[in-house]
Amino acid sequence: MALKIVKGSIDRMFDKNLQDLVRGIRNHKEDEAKYISTCIDEIKQELKQDNIAVKANAVCKLTYLQMLGYDVSWAAFNIVEVMSSSKFTYKRIGYLAASQCFHEGTDVIMLTTNQIRKDLSSPNQYDTGVALTGLSCFVTPDLARDLANDIMTLMSHTKPYIRKKAVLIMYKVFLKYPESLRPAFPRLKEKLEDPDPGVQSAAVNVICELARRNPKNYLSLAPLFFKLMTSSTNNWVLIKIIKLFGALTPLEPRLGKKLIEPLTNLIHSTSAMSLLYECVNTVIAVLISLSSGMPNHSASIQLCVQKLRILIEDSDQNLKYLGLLAMSKILKTHPKSVQSHKDLILQCLDDKDESIRLRALDLLYGMVSKKNLMEIVKKLMLHVDKAEGTTYRDELLTKIIDICSQSNYQYITNFEWYISILVELTRLEGTRHGHLIASQMLDVAIRVKAIRAFAVAQMATLLDNAHLLTGNTQRNGICEVLYAAAWICGEFAEHLEDPMLTLEAMLRPKVATLPGHIQAVYVQNAAKLFATVLQKHEGETDSQAAQETSQLLIDRLPLFVQSANLEVQERASCILQLVKYIQKLQQKNVEVAEEVTALFAGELNPVAPKAQKKVPIPEGLDLDAWINEPPSESESEDEKPKAVFAKEEPKHSRSRHTEVDEKELARRREARKQEQANNPFYIKASPSSQKVYDAPGVEHIPVVQIDLSVPLKVPGMPMSDQYVKLEEERRQKEKADKKKKEKKKKREKRGKGRKGDSGPESEEDITPAHHVDIVTEEMPENALPSDDDDKDPNDPHKALDIDLDKPLADSEKLPVRTHRPEVLKSPAEDRDDNTIPQETKKKSSKDKKEKKKDKEKDRKRSKEDKKKKKKHKDVEEELPESLPEEVVQSEETKEVAVPPTSADASDLDFWLSSAPVPPVAQVVTVSSSAAAATVDSSSAAAAESEPEELKDTEPDDTKSSKHKKKKQKKEKEEKEKKKKKRHHHHHHHHSDAGAEDSVQNGTVEDEEPLPPMSNYSLLAENSYIKMVCDIQGNHQDESKVVVSVIFENKSDSFLKSMEFNVLDSLNSKLQRPDGAGPHDGLTVPFQLPPGVSNEARFVFSVQSIVMPQKLKGTLTFIVKTDESSTHEKLDFKLHFTCTSYLITTPCYSDAYAKLLESGDLKGSSLRLEGVNMPFHHLLARICFHHHFSVVERIDSCASMYSRSIQGHHVCLLVKSSDQTVSIDAKCDEPSLLGNVLDEIKQTFSKC
Amino acid sequence: MIKAILIFNNHGKPRLSKFYEHYTEDTEQQIIRETFHLVSKRDENVCNFLEGGLLIGGSDNKLIYRHYATLYFVFCVDSSESELGILDLIQVFVETLDKCFENVCELDLIFHMDKVHNILAEMVMGGMVLETNMSEIITQAEAQSKMEKSEICAFLSLCRPLSFSVPDRTGRRRPGLLELQHAPYRPSRT
Repeated sequence: MALKIVKGSIDRMFDKNLQDLVRGIRNHKEDEAKYISTCIDEIKQELKQDNIAVKANAVCKLTYLQMLGYDVSWAAFNIVEVMSSSKFTYKRIGYLAASQCFHEGTDVIMLTTNQIRKDLSSPNQYDTGVALTGLSCFVTPDLARDLANDIMTLMSHTKPYIRKKAVLIMYKVFLKYPESLRPAFPRLKEKLEDPDPGVQSAAVNVICELARRNPKNYLSLAPLFFKLMTSSTNNWVLIKIIKLFGALTPLEPRLGKKLIEPLTNLIHSTSAMSLLYECVNTVIAVLISLSSGMPNHSASIQLCVQKLRILIEDSDQNLKYLGLLAMSKILKTHPKSVQSHKDLILQCLDDKDESIRLRALDLLYGMVSKKNLMEIVKKLMLHVDKAEGTTYRDELLTKIIDICSQSNYQYITNFEWYISILVELTRLEGTRHGHLIASQMLDVAIRVKAIRAFAVAQMATLLDNAHLLTGNTQRNGICEVLYAAAWICGEFAEHLEDPMLTLEAMLRPKVATLPGHIQAVYVQNAAKLFATVLQKHEGETDSQAAQETSQLLIDRLPLFVQSANLEVQERASCILQLVKYIQKLQQKNVEVAEEVTALFAGELNPVAPKAQKKVPIPEGLDLDAWINEPPSESESEDEKPKAVFAKEEPKHSRSRHTEVDEKELARRREARKQEQANNPFYIKASPSSQKVYDAPGVEHIPVVQIDLSVPLKVPGMPMSDQYVKLEEERRQKEKADKKKKEKKKKREKRGKGRKGDSGPESEEDITPAHHVDIVTEEMPENALPSDDDDKDPNDPHKALDIDLDKPLADSEKLPVRTHRPEVLKSPAEDRDDNTIPQETKKKSSKDKKEKKKDKEKDRKRSKEDKKKKKKHKDVEEELPESLPEEVVQSEETKEVAVPPTSADASDLDFWLSSAPVPPVAQVVTVSSSAAAATVDSSSAAAAESEPEELKDTEPDDTKSSKHKKKKQKKEKEEKEKKKKKRHHHHHHHHSDAGAEDSVQNGTVEDEEPLPPMSNYSLLAENSYIKMVCDIQGNHQDESKVVVSVIFENKSDSFLKSMEFNVLDSLNSKLQRPDGAGPHDGLTVPFQLPPGVSNEARFVFSVQSIVMPQKLKGTLTFIVKTDESSTHEKLDFKLHFTCTSYLITTPCYSDAYAKLLESGDLKGSSLRLEGVNMPFHHLLARICFHHHFSVVERIDSCASMYSRSIQGHHVCLLVKSSDQTVSIDAKCDEPSLLGNVLDEIKQTFSKC
Repeated sequence: MIKAILIFNNHGKPRLSKFYEHYTEDTEQQIIRETFHLVSKRDENVCNFLEGGLLIGGSDNKLIYRHYATLYFVFCVDSSESELGILDLIQVFVETLDKCFENVCELDLIFHMDKVHNILAEMVMGGMVLETNMSEIITQAEAQSKMEKSEICAFLSLCRPLSFSVPDRTGRRRPGLLELQHAPYRPSRT
C-alpha cells in the first residue's frame, strides 16, 4: 500500500501541474491548439489513474482549459470524484471545476447530492464553505429541493463564516425551488438582526434581491429595514437597503414620506459618494411616488438636483455619468427643475465619453420646448454627421425622432422642417432604424393633413433617387424609407406635381432588388398613381398620355409578376390584368378614370397600435371554432399581412447622396440662383454635407439636398437648417406683428393658412407655421380597457411572487431527508421544522376545561344580567350615544383624509401612519389629548376619594338612600369611563392624519350599536349572597390593584358584619389597615337589606404582574332573620388576570410608531377563528374587557395600545378578515403578553 | 446581482472568467471577446461604466470595469448593484490579490488562476457580494491555503515542493498592478 502511494507520487512528479501547463501553452504560441490537444490527451490518461492527487491535478488543469474555451464536460464524472475526496485541497479543486462547468443539464449532478450533504455537515467549516460556494454556482431544482433543509439548518450555524454563506445561497435555492421561500423566510428575516455584520449584510442582500423582483410582498419588512437603515454603519448594507427602499416606495407613498427626512440627513452627512448617490436616487424615487401635491418637497428636489449638479460637474467621469443617469429620473416628474441645468447637459453632449453623451441624450428629451427644438435637433444633426460608431449614431437617430415626436409632436411648430429632417436622416449609412424613419414619415403624412403636399413632393424625390438608398451594400435598413415614400406618393397622389414621373420611378427594373414587402407596396401604389394619371388626362381630347401610361404599366409589371415573393406576384398579376383590361377600354375610347379611381377611393385614417387588441369579441363568437372543417395545409393563406413592416432583412443600400441627374440639376441651379439672394443660409448647408459624404467615386456628384421638383412656397431649399433660420425670422416677425396689432392674430407667412395650434400654446407663445390638424388615432367602438401584462412569463422570479405574511401550512414544510427521498410527505419528524413558526393548534385540554367553565359562568352571568338590568341600561344608553359623536369627529378630519390603502393592512400601516402629521391635525390632537388627560385625572381622583367615603360610611338604618347614592356614584363612574373611551376615539381620529378615517366616515353609520358589556365577573354565590367583582389597575400606584366587589343580597334576610378576607400569596397581598395582622379580614363597610346590592373596594398590592394569579378568600357574614342570626361563610377565588394589570392609556400614533421601531418589544401572535361579530364590536370588546385603547383603525385592521401598572407597553395589531381575527402583539414582557393574549382568546371564545 | 466577472489583459487574453449564469464555452468566449472590444477601445479617462453588452442579460445590465496596468477587471452587473459600490469592490479585490500575492502582477494571475478563484469565492458567491472587508477575506483565504499546505506537506513530502511564487526569470523587479494603475484610485467610500 505504502509502495503504491510512493509510486503514485513518483508518477505524479512527471505530470504537468497547472503551472507547467500554462508555461507550456505560453511557449507554444505558434501551435497552441495542437499543444493543448496533447495536454488533453495527457489529462485523460491522468484521470484514468486511481491516485486522487493525480486526478485532482488533472481536473485543475481542465479548469484552466475551460476558461480558454475548451469543453470539459466529458470529465464531469471525474470532477465529482475529486469533489468527494476527503482532502480539502482536492475537494476544493473539484468544487471549483464543478462551479465552472456544471449546469442544469449536467447529468452527473444528481450523483452529488449526498456528497454535498456530507460536506455541508462537515465539522471543518472550510469543507462546508467550499461546498456552499460550489453549490451556489450549479444548484439545480433537484439539489435545491433535497438540500434546502440542510442549508436552512446552516443558517443558524455557530460560525458566522458558514452562516453568511448559507444565508446567501438561500437566494439561489429560492430561485430553483420556490416552495422553500415561505418556510425559510422567518429564519432569513431573523438573520437581518444577526450579531455578525457579514451575516446581516448577506441577509440584507438576499432580501433586497428578492424584494427587487416582487416588492409588494416585502413591504411589511419596511419598518425593520428602516431601523437597520438608521442604525447601520456599514455602507454596503446601507446602499442595499436604500436601493431597496427605492423599489418599495412606488408601492407605498407613505413610506416615502417617512424616508425623506433620514435620507436627507444622510445626504448631508455622508462623505461616501456611493452612499450619497444612492440616497439621492431613492429620494428621487420617493418624489416620483409622491404626487406632485406635496409642495414642501420642492426643497428635496432642489437638494437632489443640486447634489447631482455637483456630481455632473465633477472631473470624475464616473460621477458625471451617474449624475446624468439620476437626473434623467427626476426629469420624468419634475422637468422644470432639470431644465434649469440645460447648459450643463448640452455641454455633456460634447463630452468625449460616449456613455456620458448617451446619458445626456436621454436628458435632452425633457429639455425641448417649442422654442428650442429646432436648435437642439440641429445640434444633434451635427453630432450625427460626426458620429463615428453606428451604435451611437443610431442612438442619436432614435433620440431625434423621440424628441420630435414626443407627446403627439407637441413641440414641432413647422412640419416642413421635420419632414426635411427625416429626409436628411435617410442619408445615414448602415442604420438599423430605417423603419423608424419610415413610420414617422407615414405618421406625419397621414396625421398632419396640411403637410401632405410637401411630404408627397419630398417622397417623390426620394423615390426618384431610390438607387441612392438601396445602393449596393447589404448592410442597412434604410430602404425601408422607400416603403413609406411609395405609399405616401400613392395614397396622396393628388398632391403630386408630376405623377407620371413618379410612376416611372416606381416601375424601374432596379426596384426588383428591393425586399419583397417594399416591392409589394410599390406595385400597389403604382396602381394608385395610374388611377391618378388617368383622372388627370380624363377629358383631354388626346388620350395619348393616358394610353402611354397604361403601356408603361403593361411593359413593366411582368417583371414583378415573376417575383419570387408571393405578395408581389399576386398584386402584380392582378394589376397587370386590370391595366390590360383598361387599355382595351381606352382603345375603345371609354371613359374609365372614374371607375379606376373608385378602386382606391376613401380616406385611410390612422389606427391606434393597440386598437386591434381592444376589439371586443362579439357575444357568441368562438374564435377557436372551425368555420369549415380544416382543409389540407396547402390551402392555407400565404398572405403575410404583418411581414410588411416587421421583417428586418439585410437591405441593399449605399451611402445616400443627393444625386440628381444633370438636366434637373441645371434646372434647379437656375431656380437656386434666383433664390440665393433671399437665402444666405444655403451656402452654409452644402459644405457640411460635402465633408461627410466623401466616398470615393461620388465626389463629382453635386451634393445638393434640395431636389424639389415641386415649386414650394418656401423661399429657398428645404434644408432643415434653413428652416431654423426661417422659423426664427417668422417668429420674430410674428412677434413684431403682434406688437403692432395687439390682439389681431395674423399669420400669413408662406401663404399657408395658419391657425393656432389645436393644443395649448406654449408659454413662449409660438404659433406653429402650419395649421396642424393632428388626426387622432382611431380606436374601435366599445374598445376594452387594456391591461397589458408585459411580464415575461419565463422570468424565474415570477415563481417567487409569494405572500410571505400568510402563516405556513403543514404542506409547506421543507422536504427533509428521509429514507426514501421520493416520499416527501412526512416532514413532521424533523426537529428543525418545529422551529418554523406555524399556525399552532394549541388546544390543550386545559383550555377546553376553561372554556367549559366560562360557559357556565356565562350562563350565570346572563341570569345576573337580568337582575342588574338597571345598571346595564346605563351602558346600553351610553354606547350608541358615543357613536354619532365619532362621526362628527371623523368629519372634522375629512379634509386631511388620504385614500385608504388595501385592506390587508398590517404592522406596516401602524408604522407608516406615524408619518409627519399635517400641523392642523396635530393641534387638535394635542387639545384632545389634554382633554383626555384631565378626564383621566378627575376620574382617578374620584376613584381615590371613593375608599375614603367608604370608610366614613357607618352602618346606617337609612340604607336605601345610601344605596341610591352609591348607585348614582357608580353611574357617574361608568359615564366617566365611557367618556374616557370616547376621548380615545377622538384621539384616534385626530392623530392618524385622517388617512384611514375616510373609510370610517362611510361605514360608521352602518355599524350596529355595541351590545351591552360588563367587566364584572362572578366571584362566588350561595343562597344568601352573590359576589361579582371587577379588578382594575391603580393609576397612581404601580403595584396596586383595586378590586371592586358588588355584594348582592339574594335572601330575604338581613346581611351584616360582612368580613372579607383573602389568603395572601408572596406576590399579592390584601392591603389591610395599619395595625391589622396579615390574616385579619377586612370589614365590609355596609350592611345589606334583602334584595339590595352594594359595592366595596379592596386594594391589593402586587409585585410581579407578568403572570395571572388566583387568591383564595372567604367572606364571612351574619344572616339576621327576625328569629335568629346565623354565621355563614362563602369561599371564593379571586382571579387576577394579566388584563387586570393593564390600564387603558391613550397613545399617539407617532409615539406608538416610535415604540414599535425601538425594537425593544417582543412579538407574539394570536389567531381567532370563527369570530362572528362586527369589527368595531371586536375592538370595543378588547378595549373594554382588556383595557386597551385604539391608536388607529384602518378598515378591518386596528392598532391598539395599553400599558401595565408597572409601565410595560403592550401593542396590538388586530386584523380581521372573514371570521378570522389575527392579533399580532408586541410587548416588552413576553410572558405578560402571552397571558394577555390567552385572556383575549378566552374572551372571544365566550362570544 | 453580479452576472459575470472577467479578467483579461490588454490583448484580450482571459486571465479569469467567472460566470454566475450558465453559458456554453463558445458563448463565454464570445462574451469575453465582445467585452474586451467594448472596453479596450475606451480611453483611460472616461467613465468606468458601459452599457450595451449585448450577450449578457440585456438592457438591465452594465459593465463596470477598471484597468490596472496590463489587466482589465470587468464586472457585469444588473441594476440592483450600486455602480460606485462595485468599483470599490474591484479595488478591494485587486488590493486583496496584491496582499495575497505580495505585489501582484499579471504573471501571478496567469499561473495561479485557481488561487484567484479561491480568493474571489470569499468575496462574491453565486453572483452576490459575500464579504467586502479585506482583512476578513485575507484571513479566510490564508486559513484555507494553510490547511492546504499542511495536507500537501503531510502527504507528499516526497514530492517537489509546490511553488506558489512565480520564478522571476528576468530577475527584474516586477511592477505590481497597483503601481501601474493608470487612473489613480479615488475611494468613493470612507
